[in-house]
Amino acid sequence: MDVGKLVAIIGDEDTVTGFLLAGVGHRTAEASNFLIVKQDTKLPQIEQAFRGFTTRSDIGIILINQHIANDIRHVLKDYHETIPTVLEIPSKEHPYDPEQDYIMQRVNMFLGGTF
Amino acid sequence: MSEVPPTRMNQQIFKGKLKAAVGGHKLLKKKADALKVKFRDYAKMIAETKSNMAADASGAFFSLTQAEYAAGNFKRKVAEGSLQARIRVGAGVDNVAGVKLPVFSKYDTGAVADNQSLGLVGGGKKIVAVREKFTILLENLIKLASLQTSFMTLDEALKVTNRRVNALENVTIPKIEAVLDYISRELDELEREDFTRLKLVQGKKQVEIAAENARKDAMKREALLEGTPLPIGKENDEDITAAYDANDDQDVVF
Repeated sequence: MDVGKLVAIIGDEDTVTGFLLAGVGHRTAEASNFLIVKQDTKLPQIEQAFRGFTTRSDIGIILINQHIANDIRHVLKDYHETIPTVLEIPSKEHPYDPEQDYIMQRVNMFLGGTF
Repeated sequence: MSEVPPTRMNQQIFKGKLKAAVGGHKLLKKKADALKVKFRDYAKMIAETKSNMAADASGAFFSLTQAEYAAGNFKRKVAEGSLQARIRVGAGVDNVAGVKLPVFSKYDTGAVADNQSLGLVGGGKKIVAVREKFTILLENLIKLASLQTSFMTLDEALKVTNRRVNALENVTIPKIEAVLDYISRELDELEREDFTRLKLVQGKKQVEIAAENARKDAMKREALLEGTPLPIGKENDEDITAAYDANDDQDVVF
């Protein structure tokens, strides 16, 4: 079987640390597959990281904290590829809010009525 | 529609087309229904898994906080070390109701875990707990990602199939039916034209025959009145032997 694709992560410090401990982090000389978003991280940098992850062929899933996803919602809105797939996860400060998740909106629309 | 010549052959051809279109429409409808059912299933699974995942995530973050409390600020150390991804995802393809769906599976490369030395100073157990919690969270997330991509792909497929069903129903089949109507109407029209033409010709012939008969009758009456023998060979139904009397000629004696 093929080596398999990586799981990229764009999140705040806690989130990324947790996942790095779980073993998804991969850093080589060329690139890494994660971005720690701090208070002073600029929006273009986040956008650039996201776009970079989406164009890489060795990344299968992109995990992104929901509050960061909201910041780059305009980029996410136009993204329609199946691989890599984008998954929004809650963070420590911002618990999960289904209303902001695009996929959950579709699900709810289809099942009829809100949760 | 007007370019189709209204012949019987074309009628057969278009009848065949209609049959094919109706058959195809039925099949596509079945496929759309099957996809819809699967779509609903996926939607339910996603809703469930997402809410589970939310709970897992908060649990994982909590254990992270606990570990920080116990082991101090190790976050920076985690990010700075060398990193080889131990967990990867394999991308597979699943076939559901004729649609190829992408599926992710967790794939452990078995490489050495990074940052083994993190918790040596203190709070090692807590750090191990963080690893475990996040690994479980990761598994659920990978599953969720699978569901999500399948969901989106199914959505697309469902839309396309519905579009084709509607196109057949509202455009192709009415068009073919219209052509068939036109052909059968034209064929009927041609038949009627032929029929009337035939009738006209027959009528004319009748008139001619009637006129001839009238003329013949008039001549017969004239001849009877005057007593003259009718000229031979004029009418077929005339008795030509009447012109010859048996006693006219001398008997031939040997």
